[in-house]
Amino acid sequence: MPLLSRLLLVLLLGCALTMARADEPVPVPSPFEAALPLLLDSKFPVKEQAIEQLAQTGDPRLEELFRALLAGDLYQLKSNASLVMATGQDADLSVMAVPGGEPIAGISAADLKKITLNNRMRGQLKAALARLDLSHADPGRRLAAVTSLLNDPGGASREVLTERLGQETDAKVRETTALVRALLDLQSPDPRARLAALPPLRDSLHPQVRAALTQLLERESDGQVKAAASRVLRHIEGRVHWYGQIETLFFGLSLGSVLVLAAIGLAITFGVMGVINMAHGELMMLGAYTTYVMQQLLPDHIGLSLFLAIPAAFVIAGLVGILIERGVIRFLYGRPLETLLATFGISLILQQLVRSIFSPLNRAVETPAWMAGSWQVNEVLSLTLNRLVILGFCLLVFALLYLILNRTRLGLQVRAVSQNRAMARAMGVRSQWVDAMTFGLGAGIAGVAGVALSQLTNVGPNLGQSYIIDSFMVVVFGGVGNLWGTLVAGLGLGVANKLLEPWAGAVLAKILVLVFIILFIQKRPKGLFPQKGRAAT
Amino acid sequence: MILTRLLRDDRGGQILLGSLLVLALLAPVLNLALPPDHPLHLSTYTLTLLGKYLCYALLAVAVDLVWGYLGILSLGHGAFFALGGYAMGMYLMRQIGDRGVYGNPELPDFMVFLNWSELPWYWWGFDHFGFALLMVGLIPGLLAFVFGWFAFRSRVTGVYLSIITQALTYALMLAFFRNEMGFGGNNGLTDFKDLLGFDLQADSTRVALFLASALALALGYLACRALVLSKLGRVAMAIRDAEERTRFTGYRVDRVMLWLFTFSAVLAGIAGALYVPQVGIINPGEFSPLFSIEIVIWVAVGGRATLYGAVAGALLVNYAKTWFTGALPEVWLYALGALFVVVTLFLPQGIAGLGRGLGTWTRRGRREEARS
Repeated sequence: MPLLSRLLLVLLLGCALTMARADEPVPVPSPFEAALPLLLDSKFPVKEQAIEQLAQTGDPRLEELFRALLAGDLYQLKSNASLVMATGQDADLSVMAVPGGEPIAGISAADLKKITLNNRMRGQLKAALARLDLSHADPGRRLAAVTSLLNDPGGASREVLTERLGQETDAKVRETTALVRALLDLQSPDPRARLAALPPLRDSLHPQVRAALTQLLERESDGQVKAAASRVLRHIEGRVHWYGQIETLFFGLSLGSVLVLAAIGLAITFGVMGVINMAHGELMMLGAYTTYVMQQLLPDHIGLSLFLAIPAAFVIAGLVGILIERGVIRFLYGRPLETLLATFGISLILQQLVRSIFSPLNRAVETPAWMAGSWQVNEVLSLTLNRLVILGFCLLVFALLYLILNRTRLGLQVRAVSQNRAMARAMGVRSQWVDAMTFGLGAGIAGVAGVALSQLTNVGPNLGQSYIIDSFMVVVFGGVGNLWGTLVAGLGLGVANKLLEPWAGAVLAKILVLVFIILFIQKRPKGLFPQKGRAAT
Repeated sequence: MILTRLLRDDRGGQILLGSLLVLALLAPVLNLALPPDHPLHLSTYTLTLLGKYLCYALLAVAVDLVWGYLGILSLGHGAFFALGGYAMGMYLMRQIGDRGVYGNPELPDFMVFLNWSELPWYWWGFDHFGFALLMVGLIPGLLAFVFGWFAFRSRVTGVYLSIITQALTYALMLAFFRNEMGFGGNNGLTDFKDLLGFDLQADSTRVALFLASALALALGYLACRALVLSKLGRVAMAIRDAEERTRFTGYRVDRVMLWLFTFSAVLAGIAGALYVPQVGIINPGEFSPLFSIEIVIWVAVGGRATLYGAVAGALLVNYAKTWFTGALPEVWLYALGALFVVVTLFLPQGIAGLGRGLGTWTRRGRREEARS
């Protein structure tokens, strides 16, 4: 038994060395420290033995050691045959003792001899590391380890998995571990084991599970297993499809929320005042550029600048709106087609103004960290956070506007003037002031919509142009003068657009929706929710 | 004679047709007969530019017919113009034959590029000039007829109609941008070689196209004038001023609107067909809502409901555009935008109104005013 004798020799040598160093009470070397010198041996079987022994110690220093060994960072010092860890090269070479970690100075690469590995040892190390991670104290690490096993269930033995299942406390890790074990069982030669493995897979949405089941169906010879597997696969695919529908719905609602945001200011100026404001898109563009300027002013506080941009955009776009109303539109009341042309001219001027000030190129607006990324609902469904935030923001703006129109003095006056101007004036409402305020409100909302848009699309001089036709469609489709109609129409058109997209393509879907609205308006010129009574005429 | 009857009481029309006649007689001589270094020589570039303006003028007349006399503000006339242009472009594409980059005798270059193996059915027949001419009028007319049939029957008027015409041209623009449509996608149709066997680059062909444009404008103007003076035109103006009352008087308002709208679309299509061989390209940009709304401003600048005003407006605004985009490109949009605002606020009658306003200062003008 040359191996055993050698082992004994090393142990004795180690004891002798420590004894020679000091006369203090001799600390008994832990099993970990005792097994370390075996790694210095030149023969692979000895080193394999050493790894086996080390792995069984369960020492907390194991992971670092094994990773270093696997990475080829462990060396033997030629001078005194001690184990060291070395990283970096040439001048940056840093060497430290193992175990202990005390830095050793004055060593060059020529003084080191690498601890060599063979493939078997690498496999040993990887499996040991995986087992280490599986029993790591941090549940996140355990989950990562077991999730990586999903791709390669053979990386862990069934026994280890069963053992972990018995000890695991974290529900998510347990669930995934059970999944890995079931996937492992699918490869079992025993049909009963394969059959028993199927039920735990039923509720999983992992793509690996679907792939494993598809593979199983291809090679399976046992009829019973085959039938059960295809049932499970159908069940899973049904759920995946269902979540796909939810995702489409979400994207539709997200698109719809953008449409509503763009259209809702128009619903006021066009719906309540009867003014066609072709410069509405450009007011949104001003809001988006306000966000850009805010970020330039506060480059270190992206989130804060976004919050400040909302009131700033409202005020700026609102003021420009009031300027437009006082300067041009008030001379054109009762001549809607002329208003359309004049505001179109204003939109051209605003576009060119932005081009002259900020350059014709698109400007990058940053997204704050809390809006970036996505919310992972499960393996097949994730919702992007910025779209989610904008959907919520849209509903908030809608609610606020609704409250302003229905619960405030200004809202009352706005409705009074829009329903019967002469009567409202007779009751002492300053109709001109109300006109200016209403238009300013609609314009301000457009600015706020621009802030939201800056988080979704490029901020450039053409930003507004691309939304103007869509927003008019939403207002007209929903029924002029009806805020709820605008909300329903916007969200509905967004969802319809996204539902059509998979089989028609993005552009064709948009065309189909446009054609649908054109036909719809022919059929019901007053929109989805026409105003009733005298106010309608 | 018909001509004198049409142009009686139409000072603007007389001036317009007179100057068109002079231009048509003079321009070919100045271009072809005079040597290039002669001070009075008219360069082919300028001649083609003039021809382009004349096409725009015809388009403006078409818009004025429905806006000025019928009260329909169409923000989608660019679509009819572009459709006519595409029909002509398809003929010109087929004329290229195997002289394209890929040398395919049957397929236009972009189809070869898209790996198409055969000509789509809607391209059939476009190698015949007669068929293409028919389509130039038929396609815009048919679209206008179907669109108008739905819209006027359900009494969609005013702002709503304007917005859905804009949506129509926007939808068409998106559609024509698609490569799968088979109209060259983004790049449109271009690289034309010849028309009826005449080289498109030759000066004589350019002169002929210019003359054709002038003739088309003159005929289009006279046709619109005849329509306006006819009983149909009277009813149209009645509809513009009081739609409900005309309906209750017993006129079929929707039919009058439908026929005039369709006629106007055909006119726009013809303008587009003459425009394409002169500029040498047609692409989906012509469908853009901005272009359609620019046409409206030509008419507004010239003066609505005068027909000759539309021609004057189209020439003036387009000359200004050419000048600005050459000399001060960044100022052009400011100028155009200001034009929209100033004309709607201060010049509701356009230049024609301005001219008439000046006319009343003279004694003869006052007499005319009193007579009418």
